[in-house]
Amino acid sequence: MTATTIRDVRDAVRSRSRSATDVCRGALDRIAALDPTLHAFNTVVADRALARAEAIDREPDRWREAPLAGVPVALKDNLCTRGVRTTASSRILDSFVPPYSATVVDRLERAGAVVVGKTNCDEFAMGSSNENSAYGPVRNPWAPDRIPGGSSGGSAAAVAADITPLALGSDTGGSIRQPAALCGVVGLKPTYGRVSRYGLIAFGSSLDQIGPITRTAYDAALALSVIAGADPADATSAPEAVPDYTTFLSGLTGDVRNARIGVPRRLLEQGVDADVLRAIDEALDVLRSRGATLVDVDLPHAKYAISVYYLIATAEASSNLARYDGVRYGYRASARDLRDMYGKTRAHGFGPEVKRRIMLGTYVLSAGYYDAYYLKAQQVRTLILRDYDEAFREDIVAIAMPTSPTAAFPIGERVSDPLQMYLADVFTVSANLAGLPAISVPCGFTGGRLPIGLQLTGRRFDEATLLRLADAYERDTEWSKQLPPIAHR
Amino acid sequence: MPSGFTRAQVEAIAALAHLQLDEAEIDLFARQLGDILAAADEVQGVDTTGVPPTASVVTRHSADREDEVRPSLDRDEALANAPDPALDAGLFKVPRVIG
Repeated sequence: MTATTIRDVRDAVRSRSRSATDVCRGALDRIAALDPTLHAFNTVVADRALARAEAIDREPDRWREAPLAGVPVALKDNLCTRGVRTTASSRILDSFVPPYSATVVDRLERAGAVVVGKTNCDEFAMGSSNENSAYGPVRNPWAPDRIPGGSSGGSAAAVAADITPLALGSDTGGSIRQPAALCGVVGLKPTYGRVSRYGLIAFGSSLDQIGPITRTAYDAALALSVIAGADPADATSAPEAVPDYTTFLSGLTGDVRNARIGVPRRLLEQGVDADVLRAIDEALDVLRSRGATLVDVDLPHAKYAISVYYLIATAEASSNLARYDGVRYGYRASARDLRDMYGKTRAHGFGPEVKRRIMLGTYVLSAGYYDAYYLKAQQVRTLILRDYDEAFREDIVAIAMPTSPTAAFPIGERVSDPLQMYLADVFTVSANLAGLPAISVPCGFTGGRLPIGLQLTGRRFDEATLLRLADAYERDTEWSKQLPPIAHR
Repeated sequence: MPSGFTRAQVEAIAALAHLQLDEAEIDLFARQLGDILAAADEVQGVDTTGVPPTASVVTRHSADREDEVRPSLDRDEALANAPDPALDAGLFKVPRVIG
């Protein structure tokens, strides 16, 4: 059995060798078979999905050129979908049904994609293990007693288990890339501004970005070509033209000669598992054998990235989550007066990690501490950004490092120690702070058969180079074709 | 400042954030917020003299447009998720404000 790709499904539907309805039923059947174990979905929209698939089958001419004709897609449950419950895996939004869809959802559907459901995630996308979901954790398809990573854990698990060839996630500090790495699939966080955030439930507005989780780099290129682009509804979406990212791949032979890839060796000296280091070194050897040049780079301020991130992201979160007050939507606690209602609604509606971050963010923004923490963190953010600019000045087109310092850890191992949990993001947060695109590509397994991811970070708006490097790497390796045992059911 | 938050400090932050914490949460957060901030305190050692803060990485603003009236959310749709809507009046109802 081989993994399904977007490209295969799309081509089959367009050539009418397979109906969109048949493809859709296949995805729904796999959800029914596997999701009781994985718990990757909060909501499955079988009727809506089948109706859309049947509509595609009824009008083949209309969809013949559609880039995602009949492709089943799973959406992280923090992406608003008109008429479909959207919870962000929070009790406070348990019954929320958005009156509009996120721009990315509209774009996917216009391209022929068929939404099959909303995926489980950490509450409000805050977490690295999916254990912060109000609906319970997602399980890693490679080892169901382990976490899938977070916060887009359900999206990564759905693709890894071959339920859908495409899922969307959101990435504020690694939430697309880290679960993709831990589940053995491809995850792309685009440049800040490349993809509209309209309809994404906000967490850290200067950091959040939506991106695809797929089986291959080619599929990520296909999906990005559909969802990228300026949007009048998002003032931070970028006016830069959107290329067809697949043209950077299809005509090429995986040639990456002359590509200079930076490796921040000093950053990897501490806290990285031996299996992960070995896999990264082997992956870099593959790229070198294809003609890439490896260059040592120094990112002297990257070691502060975790601290800077948790000061800035929590500050933004405390502000963004002030809107959940029990007035206009979501859960409301019964109370004696308005202030009491606010306090009780938020106390009952939010889970522990969300409360922790609201508290931290409120503190760092409060009078007397703003300069010492929030402003200071923003200044160090500038230094982190300058480190990357400096590295890219030397003709370097990408910087390589692990996506995660470890493979998937057991469910429950870190829940009582938030600091330990935050360290899972040590290699991913910098790309968000600097607004740069970054991709995670499967690059091997631990001795215990857990997936490992290689992360490549690129120049602003140069997703094409990352996709080209990832595609070249996939040509010489078999990692992206491997399916976890559960997927063979 | 850190390390170590007092219960009173935690309660003051919780009041700012409109979060009614229980006793166990106050104790837990007093410890955990202190630990997290003690770790994050490493940024104090970075020389940032003359370094401007980065609030946003957006360098090209393209969002300016004419201020024109456009279609917006229908009133019934806007009220559809409200816990206690007054549909006829078009209002969100809340508990009494003065206790």
